[in-house]
Formats: sequence, C-alpha cells, structure tokens
Amino acid sequence: MAESLASHGTHGDASHDVTKRDFLKLTTAAFAAIGVGAMAWPFVASLAPARDVLALSSTDVDVGPVTVGQAITVVWRGKPVFVRHRTPEEIAAARAVPMSDLRDPQTDQSRIIRDPWLVVVGVCTHLGCIPLGQKPTDPKGDFGGWFCPCHGSHYDTSARVRKGPAPLNLLVPAYAFTSDRALRIG
Amino acid sequence: MASGLHDSQFTNPVIRWIDQRMPVFTMVQKEYGTFPTPRNFNYLWNFGALAMVNLVIMIVTGVVLAMNYTPHVTMAFDSVERIMRDVHFGWLLRYAHANGASMFFMVVYVHIWRGMYYGSFKAPRELLWMLGVVIFLLMMATAFMGYVLPWGQMSFWGATVITNLFSAIPLVGNTIVTFLWGGFSVDNPTLNRFFSLHYLLPFMIVGVVFLHIAALHITGSNNPLGIEPNGPQDTLPFHPYYTIKDSVGIVVYLMVFAVLVFFIPNYLGHADNYIPANPMATPTHIVPEWYFLPYYAILRAVPNKLGGVALMGGSILVLFVLPWLDTSKVRSMRFRPITRVLFFLWTINFFVLLSMGGKPAEQPYVLISQICTVIYFAYFLVVLPLMGRLERPLPLPESIAIAVLGKRATLGAGPIPGGATAKPMEKA
Ligand code: HEM
Ligand code: FES
Repeated sequence: MAESLASHGTHGDASHDVTKRDFLKLTTAAFAAIGVGAMAWPFVASLAPARDVLALSSTDVDVGPVTVGQAITVVWRGKPVFVRHRTPEEIAAARAVPMSDLRDPQTDQSRIIRDPWLVVVGVCTHLGCIPLGQKPTDPKGDFGGWFCPCHGSHYDTSARVRKGPAPLNLLVPAYAFTSDRALRIG
Repeated sequence: MASGLHDSQFTNPVIRWIDQRMPVFTMVQKEYGTFPTPRNFNYLWNFGALAMVNLVIMIVTGVVLAMNYTPHVTMAFDSVERIMRDVHFGWLLRYAHANGASMFFMVVYVHIWRGMYYGSFKAPRELLWMLGVVIFLLMMATAFMGYVLPWGQMSFWGATVITNLFSAIPLVGNTIVTFLWGGFSVDNPTLNRFFSLHYLLPFMIVGVVFLHIAALHITGSNNPLGIEPNGPQDTLPFHPYYTIKDSVGIVVYLMVFAVLVFFIPNYLGHADNYIPANPMATPTHIVPEWYFLPYYAILRAVPNKLGGVALMGGSILVLFVLPWLDTSKVRSMRFRPITRVLFFLWTINFFVLLSMGGKPAEQPYVLISQICTVIYFAYFLVVLPLMGRLERPLPLPESIAIAVLGKRATLGAGPIPGGATAKPMEKA
C-alpha cells in the first residue's frame, strides 16, 4: 500500500478508480465555491452606483433665449450637455459629409430630433474631458464643431468624431421637446 | 534547553526569553546582521533601502494627514488648505507627503534601472524582479488615488482621464468604469472609495515588499559584476559594512528631500491643482504627475483609444517578461559592449518620452512620442532577444574577490574583514 502510494502519487493518476470520496470532495468544493461567490456578491455590488445616485432627476432646458449660432451647456447626471442652435450652414455642412468619411458612421438626421437643435453629452468619448467649442472664443477644431484639448480629438457640427483618438461620436442623450422652446433631458 | 524552544544565541535574558519562544532576534541577526552580501556593491545598491525608508515616511505622514483630511467633494479641498494653514506643521506634513511621493518614484526608478543595467532580473531572481514590478504597479495606483484626494482641478480631471482608460476594454469597459466611479461621473462616491483604497494599498505594498525581501534572501543580492559570489572571500556581512553604506545614502537622500520640501515644495506639482475641482470645465492642458509622463506620452502617441491604452499598459507589463526576453547569460552590462550602449540610448529615450508626456497633444510632439514609443518597445522585443545571440560578451572575471582586490586576493594577504563569517581565504 505504502509503496503504491509513493509510486503513483496521491492524486492525478489516470488509472485511479473514481470513488465515493472523489464525489464528496468535488461536491464539497463546489458548495464552497458557490458560498464564496455568494459572499463576494454584496461586496462587488456595493461598488455600483447607489440608489440615491441612480434616482436621477431629468433636466429641463429652456432653449427660447438661445439665438442662432449660440450654444449652451446644461448639467445632467453630473455631466455637461451641449445644446447648440446650429446655423443653416452648419447643418448643411454636417449633412454633406459622406458616411465613408466617418469613424462612427451616423447621419446627422439620426442624431437630432428637431432642427436646428443639436443636443449631445459634452464628454469626449476618448477619456472623458469636456471638448471646447461652446464659447465663441473657443477653438472648434478642424471641422467647425468641437475640439478636445486633452489628446486632440476633433468633432464636426453634428458632434461626430472626425480626427484624433476618440472612437465614437459625442453621445446623444435621451430627450424630448416638451414645447416649442423647452426640452427635457433624461 | 527545554524542548520546543528555539536554541537562541542571545545572552541578554529578556531578549533570550523572547527569542527562544519567537526567534525574531535570530532572524534579524541572520537576515540583516551576518547576511553574506557581495563585497563589491556600488551606491546604486542603496536604493532598495532608500525605497524602504521612503515607504515608512509615506505611511507616517499619511496617517497623520488622514486625521485632518475630509473625503467629501464639498470639504476635501478646504480640509487640505486647513492642513496647510491651521494645523500645526500641517504644511510640513503635506509637503513631505506630496514630495515624498516624487522622491519615492525617483528612488524606485533608479532601483529598477539598476536592476536592468546589472541584469538583476535574470535567473534565479525572476520572481524577485516580478514582485518588484507588482510593487511598482501598486505604487502607481496609490499615488494616482492620493493625487485625487486634494480635489483640485488636476485631481478631478486626472481621475476622469485615468478611470476612463478602462472604458477602452471591449464590451465590459463602461460597466467597469461605472463600478470604479460608483456613479456616472467622478464624484463623491469616487472620492470616498479612493480615500479608502489610498489608505489600504500602502499596507499591501508593505506585504509585497516583505515577499520581495524574502525572495531576495533566498537568492542573495546581485552585484555590479553580475557573477555569483562563491565563497566568503567574495562577501561581507551586511552589518556593519552595508548598514553604514546605506546610512550614507540615506543622508544624501534626506538632503535632496529637504531641498524639495523646504525650498521648492510646489516645483514638481501643478498650479492648477490649487483650483478647486470643477466638473464643468476641463483645464486646457491636463498633465499627470511627472512620474506618469512617459506612459502618458505612449498613450497619446497612438491615434486609437484601445491601441493607446493597450500600449500604455504593455509598456509596464513588458517588465514582467523581461527575464525571458533578455536571452543573454551575462547579467551585467559591463560585459556587454553593444547592448550597454543600446541600453543607455533606451534610457535617454525614456527621458524624452517623459518630456513629451508634458507637452500638448500637437505636432511635432506627437511624432516624437511615436518614434520614442517604437524605440521603447523595440529594445525589449527586438534588441534584447537578438543581442543575447549575436553579441560576444567580454570575458567575465574569475571571482568577485579577484576583480575587486586584484593580486591580493590570490596571494591571500592581509586580514579579511568578515567578523564571524570570515574564514581564511581560499586560494583561488
Ligand atoms: C505608497 C505610499 C503613498 C504614496 C505614494 C502616496 C501618495 C500621495 C500623493 C501623491 C498625494 C497627493 C499629495 C498632494 O498633492 O496634496 C497623497 C495625498 C494624501 N495621502 Fe498619500 N501616499 C502614500 C501613503 C499614504 C498613507 C499610508 C496614507 C494614510 C494612512 C495617506 C494619506 C493621504 C492623505 C490623507 C492625502 C490627502 C492630503 C494631501 O493631499 O496632502 N497616504 N498621497
Ligand atoms: S479625452 Fe478628449 S481627446 Fe482624450
């Protein structure tokens, strides 16, 4: 007995018969794994946004005073949202772009609800900086929209990424017009 | 001696009583007293001890800072300013902690460079080296989260950019980022958890440092010649020879540290971090702390989000496999005439990357960063594997003693400083 143990080792031997003990070991280990997993769950879940953070209000915006060519920034979920009253030229420029020129192809029409308003989350899809281009004095990048100074991403007048490291267009949040001059984001 | 008690060599009754029951004194004596250490260390071998001193300084200053710091978005910035103005010596504690982080990275960079130059990562010290890389990663995480705590503009936007790195991971990236933040942007839950982790990670570093030293004391130290000592004539007891040599280094280190803290405490920092965090306005020029700049330059060199993040991570992870990339059996660059030069060029390249990381994302900086990124990786992935095969190393000395003492070693003349461990020198 001692000899065969020494020569075969204590486990991992292919010729070793499956016994009731193996079954007990495996089921015990499986139950322990499930138990550890169940105990880990609350710890990981506690890292997710808490209920008060999730209970987000929506943001109402009065766009009446925003004149042609002007843009305003409102706060929604702790993030800036850009609302831009685009000029006819800006809209025409956005629609003239062939889809093949776009990294994240989306038509301008699919990114708006009602002309001339463009509403996007003002967070660069690269690493989360706020692109410049809201103020008249800001650089607007090579495509007349926004420019992110952090690592040089350029967005066009439909806030689609055209150049730089950002992979996606600026996100269009869920929003709806509540009247001719008011919209609700969220 | 009663059975079950350790056979202690100590004579002081109190020390002996403890040592018999828990032989910590024997251990310290063995690992830091008589521990046989190569006799030919140069001052680059100070930096491990310096890192240890620095870690202690960080923990001591950090614990007292934490007694006056408030991890809440509306109070964090003001609590740090209160530390600076109202807490007795608060300015000293904070400046020591902030500049201590910079000193820590300087020391550890030299320590890593030393390991690369003298081939300390090679067999049998691979695991020792990999534990070092783990320490380095933990240090980076700790310093990053510490920098978020004062909740200035750079704190906030640095946190935003770095946490967003994880969003590059396909499929699960955005979920991971939400879990890091505990919300939909960097906000109070983020600050809270970063403070918790900033307090925790240094103690995890202490744990890994312990493993690092445990591994070191199995293989023993490397040395500038990169050949193994093979007898008492090649080594000295750690105490007093290297305790005194390390003490010299510690004095110089403290002098540099003091110049930073007392004369230019904000030199390595960024003025924007004295502006309270504003989630609605990104500073025009975001830069991380200087010690992250080379990796930041690599990140920005790649005009693709996932690619940039992957190369940035790879630039540090490549260190884990360095023991297998360098195929040369010769450890010390002293005996590798070509690779030595290439390693110096790689070192300069590292500094160029560091300076590029601090520049705006414009030409020609982006192009220079791209070239430097290629050089950075080429050294690891092309030069080292090839040089091990192509280069003809210089002849290695027969032993450390012969290299250090010349003829005297073979003649066996003169007393050998070796205390208890010294034995009559063997004729080589
Ligand atoms: C590996 C060791 C550590 C490193 C590299 C490190 C790094 C840093 C850095 C870079 C800062 C920002 C300093 C500034 O610009 O104001 C900081 C802040 C802080 N750290 Fe640490 N730290 C370490 C250990 C600790 C420990 C152990 C504690 C507490 C137990 C601690 C508590 C704090 C506190 C309360 C702050 C905020 C106050 C301030 O900004 O000065 N740190 N740390
Ligand atoms: S965060 Fe905008 S380009 Fe990197």
